[in-house]
Amino acid sequence: MAVATRSVTADQADAPRRRLGARGTITAARVLVALVVVGGWELAARLTVLDPFFFSQPSDVARLLREWLVSGEILDDLVVTVGEAFGALLIGTILGLITGFLLARSPFLDAVFAPYVKLLNAVPRVVLAPIFLLWFGLGEASKVAFGVSLVFFVVFFNTYQGVREVDRVLVDSVRMLGANERQLARHVLVPSALAWIFSGLRVSIGFAIVGAVVGEYLGASRGVGYVIAQAQGVFDTTGVFAGIVLLSVVVGLIDVVVHRLERHLLRWKPERTQGFQPS
Amino acid sequence: MMVGRPLVELDNVTVAYRAGDRQHVAVTDVNLEVSRGAFVSVVGPTGCGKSTVLNVVAGLLAPTSGGVRIDGTSLWGRNTRAGYLFQQDTLLPWKTVLENVCLGLELAGVDRAERREQARDWLSRVGLSGFEDAHPHQLSGGMRKRTAVAQVCVCGPEILLMDEPFSALDAQTRQLMENELLTLWTEAGTTVLFVTHDLDEAVSLSDEIVLFSAGPASTVARRYEVDLPRPRDLMRIRTARRFGELYEAVWSDLRKEVMKAHGRRDTVGHG
Ligand SMILES: Nc1ncnc2c1ncn2[C@@H]1O[C@H](COP(=O)(O)OP(=O)(O)OP(=O)(O)O)[C@@H](O)[C@H]1O
Ligand SMILES: [Mg+2]
Repeated sequence: MAVATRSVTADQADAPRRRLGARGTITAARVLVALVVVGGWELAARLTVLDPFFFSQPSDVARLLREWLVSGEILDDLVVTVGEAFGALLIGTILGLITGFLLARSPFLDAVFAPYVKLLNAVPRVVLAPIFLLWFGLGEASKVAFGVSLVFFVVFFNTYQGVREVDRVLVDSVRMLGANERQLARHVLVPSALAWIFSGLRVSIGFAIVGAVVGEYLGASRGVGYVIAQAQGVFDTTGVFAGIVLLSVVVGLIDVVVHRLERHLLRWKPERTQGFQPS
Repeated sequence: MMVGRPLVELDNVTVAYRAGDRQHVAVTDVNLEVSRGAFVSVVGPTGCGKSTVLNVVAGLLAPTSGGVRIDGTSLWGRNTRAGYLFQQDTLLPWKTVLENVCLGLELAGVDRAERREQARDWLSRVGLSGFEDAHPHQLSGGMRKRTAVAQVCVCGPEILLMDEPFSALDAQTRQLMENELLTLWTEAGTTVLFVTHDLDEAVSLSDEIVLFSAGPASTVARRYEVDLPRPRDLMRIRTARRFGELYEAVWSDLRKEVMKAHGRRDTVGHG
């Protein structure tokens, strides 16, 4: 799309080839960026430009990660953390969707609750974590609750915005075809808001993991956040980085799955230009 | 024309839109009756409030004062007896052409096989067989409009509100669609309220033409009975002498209203 709009007069037959070429160049450039950053880090650590004690080095991180995975000792913690994040994602998303829908569709509820939603959203979430630990204990529940407090608002605001932005005339038209409010939601509001809902969902994945890890960091007896906290306690920088890399990979994998789902559900959309999405 | 109580009645309908902290009176004291089975066209300068009036009859817009009666009962909320072909694009982009055309029947609970058969039938009537699985963004503007015609007509509404349905079509397709509309109207006895910019179209299709005055605060300026014999052959009717007379009569009045509309816009622009 972008190529076509940029040079409409240029010979169109060339466009696909050029686009393919561009994609190859992009991939190559991406790999190069990774090599420079990781390689530079490794090199700087070896030359002790960066103090390996505080910065560790990629080869050590990789070695530790392999050790963790081979021995399987990290898997139990990973399952706990991902489980907490998943719980937070599920509950937060359901609550966010329902609230977003209700407030977007009912001016009365909107007027009543909007200030409170804004107020709650303004509360710094990190302050809530200790309170949740008190309320829900050191187990998984407090981490899920903390994750929900992060996920909910993202999904809520995106759903609200998505439903509010639905084309008025589409709503009128489907009403005239005989839809009641439930049918309207199914045939118009949800599909129309879906792009917004998904972008909220994808941001939420990261937040749900953050919720779990920060919760574990503050007080827990297992989970990746706990492992990171332990490593930090003994100045094991390699352990901290290994934990971070592990979490990033997990978030990346989940994001790919959600992106697949999104592409499937939004397949009716005309081809979009590239942006912040894995391709 | 059939006699009897009018199916659609507008009683001193006034619509004022809020424009910032002021009011913009779009139409005022509109009185109109449409008999059951009649084909009535609405013409008038752009921005005079034709779409506004259709929205009121559809029950999507409550008049600021005055009221609408359908078959003698006051209209409150959506007009369930009307199908509405909007001036804007209204196909759902996430549904295929076939799914879009099926929608009204689906909402009414018609079973899948039945509604698909009827939808396919209508798609072929508007010349879109073979495009069942396309999405709206893959169609041309005219094809989207024809799909919308099928979407509304397949539900068999008693009252058909159409807002410039054919203005995006080329002359040939347009005539085919006009013919199809006349056939539907004759067979099903539908009552049609038809907004158009094209006087040719208005004269050749209608029983009556309603001319709206220039806005703001537009109202019914004049009504013309179109006494051309039915059934009409759209290919030939335009050459009839009576056609020319009617066309001239409406055009001379419409032109005055259009000039007025332009004049007002100019004074607004310069003042
Ligand atoms: N939602 C709205 N809010 C405020 N003003 C409106 C709104 N809809 C229409 N108007 C105004 O009301 C007047 C009539 O609009 P309307 O769309 O009914 O005109 P129209 O006769 O259908 O015009 P056209 O032939 O160009 O379609 C216009 O001056 C327009 O600016
Ligand atoms: Mg209009």
